[in-house]
Amino acid sequence: MSKPILAALAGQPNAGKSTVFNMLTGARQHVANYPGVTVEKKAGAFSHDGRKVDLIDLPGTYSLTSYSLEERVARDFIINENPAVIANILDASNLRRGLAFSLQLMELQAPVVLICNMMDVVEKRGVQLDLTVLSKRLGIPVVGTNAQRNEGVTQAADAIVDLAADALRAATIQVDYGPMLKHIDNIETALQGTQVDVPLRWLAIKLMENDAGARDIITNNVASPGEIFATAAQEREAFEKAHNIDPEVHAAHCRNETAEILAKACIKSAKDRGDAFSDRIDAIVCHRIMGPLVMLGVILLLYYFAIDIGYKLTEPLIGALLNIKGEILSLLPPAGIIEDPVVRSLAVWFMDSMIALLTYIPIFLILFGLIAILEDSGYMPRMAFILDRLFRNYGLHGQSTLPLILGGIYMGGCAVPGVMATKGIPDERARLATILIVPMMNCLAKVPLYVLLVSAFFSQTKTLAMFFISTVTIFMALPVAKILSVTLLKDRETAPFLMEMPTYHIPMLRTVVGRAIERTWLFLKKIVTIVAAVSVIIFALLQYPGVSQEKMNMYQTRWDKAVAKFEKQIGADNTYADALRGDGLGQFLLFAENYKQARFGVTDQAKANQVFEQFQQQNPTFAALLKPAKTDLSAKKVKRSMRRLSRTRKRLRLNMHKDRLNSSFLGQLGEALTPVTQYAGFDAKVNISLLAAFAAKESTVSTLGALYTSENAQQGLDSRIKDSGTGFTPLHALALMLFMALYPPCLATSIMVKIQSGSWKWMGFSICYQMALALGVSTLVFSGGRLLGFNGFQAMWAFYALAVAVTLVTGLYKPSPKTKQLTQKEIAA
Amino acid sequence: MDLGFHPGVRAKVLRNAPLLDPVEIMINGSLLSIRHEEARQVEVDSQ
Repeated sequence: MSKPILAALAGQPNAGKSTVFNMLTGARQHVANYPGVTVEKKAGAFSHDGRKVDLIDLPGTYSLTSYSLEERVARDFIINENPAVIANILDASNLRRGLAFSLQLMELQAPVVLICNMMDVVEKRGVQLDLTVLSKRLGIPVVGTNAQRNEGVTQAADAIVDLAADALRAATIQVDYGPMLKHIDNIETALQGTQVDVPLRWLAIKLMENDAGARDIITNNVASPGEIFATAAQEREAFEKAHNIDPEVHAAHCRNETAEILAKACIKSAKDRGDAFSDRIDAIVCHRIMGPLVMLGVILLLYYFAIDIGYKLTEPLIGALLNIKGEILSLLPPAGIIEDPVVRSLAVWFMDSMIALLTYIPIFLILFGLIAILEDSGYMPRMAFILDRLFRNYGLHGQSTLPLILGGIYMGGCAVPGVMATKGIPDERARLATILIVPMMNCLAKVPLYVLLVSAFFSQTKTLAMFFISTVTIFMALPVAKILSVTLLKDRETAPFLMEMPTYHIPMLRTVVGRAIERTWLFLKKIVTIVAAVSVIIFALLQYPGVSQEKMNMYQTRWDKAVAKFEKQIGADNTYADALRGDGLGQFLLFAENYKQARFGVTDQAKANQVFEQFQQQNPTFAALLKPAKTDLSAKKVKRSMRRLSRTRKRLRLNMHKDRLNSSFLGQLGEALTPVTQYAGFDAKVNISLLAAFAAKESTVSTLGALYTSENAQQGLDSRIKDSGTGFTPLHALALMLFMALYPPCLATSIMVKIQSGSWKWMGFSICYQMALALGVSTLVFSGGRLLGFNGFQAMWAFYALAVAVTLVTGLYKPSPKTKQLTQKEIAA
Repeated sequence: MDLGFHPGVRAKVLRNAPLLDPVEIMINGSLLSIRHEEARQVEVDSQ
């Protein structure tokens, strides 16, 4: 078989590019990033007529200038990779705009196949298109498709393969540049003889437009770029003087006019009613009163499906994962009596960190699926439309809505998909601001700590306290976004808010499911590997330098004493005394532990008996001790004493764990931080658990659990914290909750911040500023509250009022209109 | 401009957003939304 054909899909956003891509390649595709940038690169392959075609999906852009990153990526790919065919997907219901883009492709003298998609929409509007006329005028093959219903696939594939075989067929259409023509000719003459890989005609046009990408080509390839630039500047000036219009604007108008003539030539109907269908839906969905209500409903449904249903689905998954963990644990060196081998503790820690992350898979699948539905249906831009006014006051953008919702604007999101969803925000400043505040939303993992603290310290006012923490976060995030955007981000590029409101579509199940799986997989690939590595590092920081030999000896002595007592209690004449002497005791403890694990979660009596029988076969003597027969007095005695001994063992292990945590590197750090954190009301214990929480916030509660050990195992963690004699008050709890709300993004989110902002610097900043902010706020609340003599409840609402006030004030503040002067291009538009 | 704002094009204002800004318009048969601030830059003749 001959070499595969390299083909690229190019086109404007919302033209159905992804659908055509899926239609052609089916499931055979993979997603990566273009080297060095955050733009997604989708590649796939298909075979047709015995030829293999490698298909690349270029980013969707409205034009091929070099303004946005996407435009540059798409254009550079065409210029540098030289694909054998470019399939230009065009929204047939918006022929004129699409053709303006196609003309730019043809100017690059790329081998183009025009694929007119959404032919059904055109028909519904009562318009008839004559594609033969279009093909003749353009001089390139034109195919009509309806990708949503898989119509026209074969024809499209045919056209791609045919064109590859006959790549000399360049478009015959020429854009009529009118009076600018002679200037372009002059530049082209100046370019003669230069060694560049792009068509000179195109380069001349782009130099006339003063395009940055074209200038780069000259700088990089021509020995004396100065001369060419001088010629170009001269021609531009001459043209501008004579016609009083920016050459770039004029060029765009000319392309548009040519596109319009073409469109008119092939439209064979009296009247285009326009997108009346979407307009009718918008009359409700964007209605002044109905619109916000519909949006609220959509958000509630989103939460309901992802959180309620998603959570239910995680339960069986957790069960399955715990089973796997059990299987793996049984392969590892067994637990010691009072100290476990490091390999085992590491494996347990590692698996627990992984499980904490992997349990989110169902929620992610549902969330990503729902986002795909929102995207494909066309509703997403309507959400941005409704909320833009509000968000703009805080330096954000209408399209910040979705990331904030996903992050958990009320409660129960996840910052990872939230940060991921910022990709679509065109305004660079708003996009960065959104990335930086999404982690301040209330993600699912923060909830356990809230619940713990609220039920321990605000038990009388649970609902109010939960309402407080769920809603106060947005009042902290908005001012922060505003402050960031008028200070640190003020020099970032902004973009005019001009957004297409695409035609409403019914999303296709295949696309939705495909996208959900694809994005979840991407998450797993990128995040899980890094979290795995860091979880090992944190383990080491928590494990070493370890408990001193002195203390170890002390624990050993205490254990020996307990064993001696146990042996005395059961008596030397006990039938089982021999079996439990020396190593036998440790073996039995393990045996009992394994049995407990095997029994865990088994509710069916028959199955439980089966489990017991298995253990009986393994060791009948020990099994007799697990379920003593009525007549076996010795066994009964052992069981009773054994319970006491197990308790001692548990206590010793917990104390040792506590010692280990306190003396570990992270523990020392927690201790060292107390001079600073005491003003926020955090002692070393809290510090340690917050430090450990960086890997995953879920672990805060479990670390706290390990630190606040109690003699009485029955006592819940909430009352343990309350009664531990540390003087923890509701004010402490409030400060801790606020800290948690603002606490640095977890590891997974940090990585996502790096991916979306494209730099480690922003990731570092996002971690540091949130840390500082969190500490500042909790210090303010704790020290301020104590100074004013507030109790936790009063401090809570005082802070709430303050946050709302700051939000209102920052919202009203308008920086002097230093937004860049609109270029002539935009004014003329 | 790539979205279809060109001399001579006909635009129909459909509705304002619930918070009064931005505004939804129809141009060349397709729907766009634009902030008032930016819409101010567009020269129009009423018809």
